[in-house]
Amino acid sequence: MSDRDRAPTVELRGITKRFPGVVANQDVDLLVESGEIHAVVGENGAGKSTLMKVIYGMQRPDEGTILINGEDVHFRSPKDAIEAGIGMVHQHFMLARNLTILENVILGAEPTVASVIRFSEARDRIRELAGGYGMALDPDRLVENLAVGERQRVEILKVLYRGARILILDEPTAVLVPQEVQGLFASLRGLKRQGVTVIFISHKLDEVLEVADTITVMRGGRTVAAVKPAEVTAHRLAELMVGSELPRPEIRESTVTETVALAVEGLSLRGDEGQEVLRDVSFRIHCGEVVGIAGVEGNGQSELIEAIMGIRAVEGGVVRLGERDITAWRTRSRRESGISYIPEDRHSRGLLLSAPLWENAMLGYQTRPPFSKGFWIDRQGARGRTSEVIDHFRVMAPSSEVSAHALSGGNQQKLIVGREMTSGPKVLIAAQPTRGIDVGAQAAVWEQIKQARGAGLGVLLVSADLEELIGLSDTLWVIYGGRLVAHVDPRTVTPEELGGFMTGAGAAEESA
Amino acid sequence: MTLRRIGLGMLAPASALILALLVSSAALLLIEKSPVDAFSSMASYGTTTDSLISIVNRAVPLFLAGLAVAIGFKMNLFNIGVEGQYRLAALLAASVGAAVTLPAPLHIALIVTVGVAVGAVWAGIPGVLKVTRGVHEVISTIMMNFIATGISAYLLANYLRAENAPNDLIIKTPPIPASGRLPALNGLFGLTDRPDLFGFVTMAVLVGLGYYLLVWRTRFGFDLRASGLNPDAARVSGVHPGGMVIRTMLLSGGIAGLVGMSDLLGFFHRYTLDFPVGLGFTGIAVALLGRNHPAGIALGALLFGFIERSAQILDLEDVPKEIIVIMQGVIILSVVIAYEVVRRLIEAQEVRAAAERTRAASPEATGVPA
Ligand SMILES: Nc1ncnc2c1ncn2[C@@H]1O[C@H](COP(=O)(O)OP(=O)(O)OP(=O)(O)O)[C@@H](O)[C@H]1O
Ligand SMILES: [Mg+2]
Repeated sequence: MSDRDRAPTVELRGITKRFPGVVANQDVDLLVESGEIHAVVGENGAGKSTLMKVIYGMQRPDEGTILINGEDVHFRSPKDAIEAGIGMVHQHFMLARNLTILENVILGAEPTVASVIRFSEARDRIRELAGGYGMALDPDRLVENLAVGERQRVEILKVLYRGARILILDEPTAVLVPQEVQGLFASLRGLKRQGVTVIFISHKLDEVLEVADTITVMRGGRTVAAVKPAEVTAHRLAELMVGSELPRPEIRESTVTETVALAVEGLSLRGDEGQEVLRDVSFRIHCGEVVGIAGVEGNGQSELIEAIMGIRAVEGGVVRLGERDITAWRTRSRRESGISYIPEDRHSRGLLLSAPLWENAMLGYQTRPPFSKGFWIDRQGARGRTSEVIDHFRVMAPSSEVSAHALSGGNQQKLIVGREMTSGPKVLIAAQPTRGIDVGAQAAVWEQIKQARGAGLGVLLVSADLEELIGLSDTLWVIYGGRLVAHVDPRTVTPEELGGFMTGAGAAEESA
Repeated sequence: MTLRRIGLGMLAPASALILALLVSSAALLLIEKSPVDAFSSMASYGTTTDSLISIVNRAVPLFLAGLAVAIGFKMNLFNIGVEGQYRLAALLAASVGAAVTLPAPLHIALIVTVGVAVGAVWAGIPGVLKVTRGVHEVISTIMMNFIATGISAYLLANYLRAENAPNDLIIKTPPIPASGRLPALNGLFGLTDRPDLFGFVTMAVLVGLGYYLLVWRTRFGFDLRASGLNPDAARVSGVHPGGMVIRTMLLSGGIAGLVGMSDLLGFFHRYTLDFPVGLGFTGIAVALLGRNHPAGIALGALLFGFIERSAQILDLEDVPKEIIVIMQGVIILSVVIAYEVVRRLIEAQEVRAAAERTRAASPEATGVPA
């Protein structure tokens, strides 16, 4: 088969998709060649996810043509798309947490004989598929016990299990640490060798340049360029996307003071199954200081944050806010005393998706002005503050009345960051604060954090983005196996060294 | 456009009603009765002044039961125990009311307070069990219904019954003295020489209003709705899940305690074995019909009141009254479906409207809020 007479795998012509108050895609053309890894980049709200949902049959375009393998198609639902060999992994995972990997993968496509599910057959197929693409997974594990990277592999398996030859991944690397990203890329290259076509969205331009064969850039609902990675640099890509320079987090002069904003002393806690999750964790955050925590997901950082927020009971140890021992306080009192929290998973913890933006902007702040007056909700005050957040953090939204699920992923994140920072907190617990945010907005969020830090805010930063961690932190800890195993200097450490500490290698060296 | 939306909103209940009429017509035809005759006599009988009064009287407890269920639904809490809560509340409130004599307003207030307190305690127990022991409230509230039935029968038979007249076989509590009876509202509406319009209607209106304000305008209501929409996010925002469950169960039970008060204060003036039963279960249907909104619940309660009242004429037509159970069932089912269909219609219409607006706008509007 020669490449010349083969039609492109996916071709879009003049796709337009409108939502109430927004044109998400306007006259979009896209060309994806067979067997390539094709990246789509663009600002938050540029219309990337919408375009992918159009290909996947989840959104029907208002105008335009979709050609799959040269054939004009009109998908009525994802079911049609799956039949045509297209699979999609969404920006926000859609797995059933209390089912096993096996059950999740076969859900809706169960192999049956006389309506009895043939589990053993499915199990073998999954093992075979996973092995073939270099993804080691035990089909009988529960999804809720998996790390994010593994969950993502399950999502991909789920799609491959249905026979997908065209794989769409919406921001697959946003939730991964660098090692996992490399693992994912290895899998993608494996898929490519088997002739699978991959389309993926990312805000991390270096990664895009590393793995993609072709890059399509979207801006304001249109495709503005299709380039080869060899022809561009990350700077040039950023320029194409937002028309500005690629930002980098860097520390300016230190603003760390002597006053302790938050102190954690000898914290230990156990997980749901009684296993030890945190052991004797101690650190301090001073006013004006950003304390970073580096670690591979699942090493206790989520539990540490939950303990600080009062969502999870501790077994031993003390949490102090300023001088006060808050270990026994409820979440609400902690928040009212000035602790703000950006949760790592915006959909499951940060938003009421079907509620209007102004109600989302008051979530966590419903007990104080301008959102409420005593017992009553202050609707006017709440709407006013919401507009402020929307303006100040450049959330792309038609109004504060639309529901949160009408926002693009990055804009939802900006709303949460805005909400948590506008309240004038004393301590900010930020888990993956810029997850899914485009490079331009990322710089804006970093700038906000730096400014607040200059004004005396203490920040606990947990991030999978090592450059963000190194660039923003005044102090950097590495968490491994539930313990703080290393205390490193963010001015001298390299991402590679940090990655080494995170996997438990050479932990003793600089430990404090 | 808003007019159209209201029209679309009415479409759901209306189509459900039509479907219910069709299905019950089919049932009537099966037993060789004329649906036209049956429905037209129901309609004419159901709209006489006497019937209207009766419909409102019937709707009041259903409305309150609907609210009691709905407030739980708002945070995904299923209080199936309204039945037991209101019956136990009515029994104890009637007994306390009969045992004391107080100036009228105080006497009535005392009876109502006892009802609310008993309902709240009875609903609070499943709440506490859920929070401390993880017992699912559906199971515990159903169990509490059985226990309530047993306890009330026992208390009534052994401790709370009045001496019966020689030929009176019905077991009942002693009567509440005049100061503990709620006057009818007939005078207010010029309904002399008609059956009583129970005074508790006013209370129902106030509770409905209070429910609306509480759920949509207060901090507590926000916490409640947030817990229903996304419990994890609510918790992270500072809502204490356990406290929320208990407070909501107490509220739900408190409202449930009011369910029997209308009949008690306005008609029976004592708790007897023929006190209305099943209101708590019908309340679940009414809450579903009304989509947990007080206006919808009021309409649903009135509809059920109408069906029950107008069905009484069916005996004269020689049609089994049970046909209305079919009607009620079909209404509930089809309303649930119709709401979903209409929701999609509204969404599609919004998208079209937006498309027209943006087509008219300048190309600069692309990709940014229009
Ligand atoms: N269901 C919806 N209803 C209304 N508007 C929507 C809906 N889905 C998306 N939009 C709007 O369409 C635009 C494009 O959204 P989309 O999710 O495609 O952006 P994106 O490029 O994926 O952004 P991000 O990088 O933030 O994920 C946004 O302005 C968004 O608000
Ligand atoms: Mg997106």
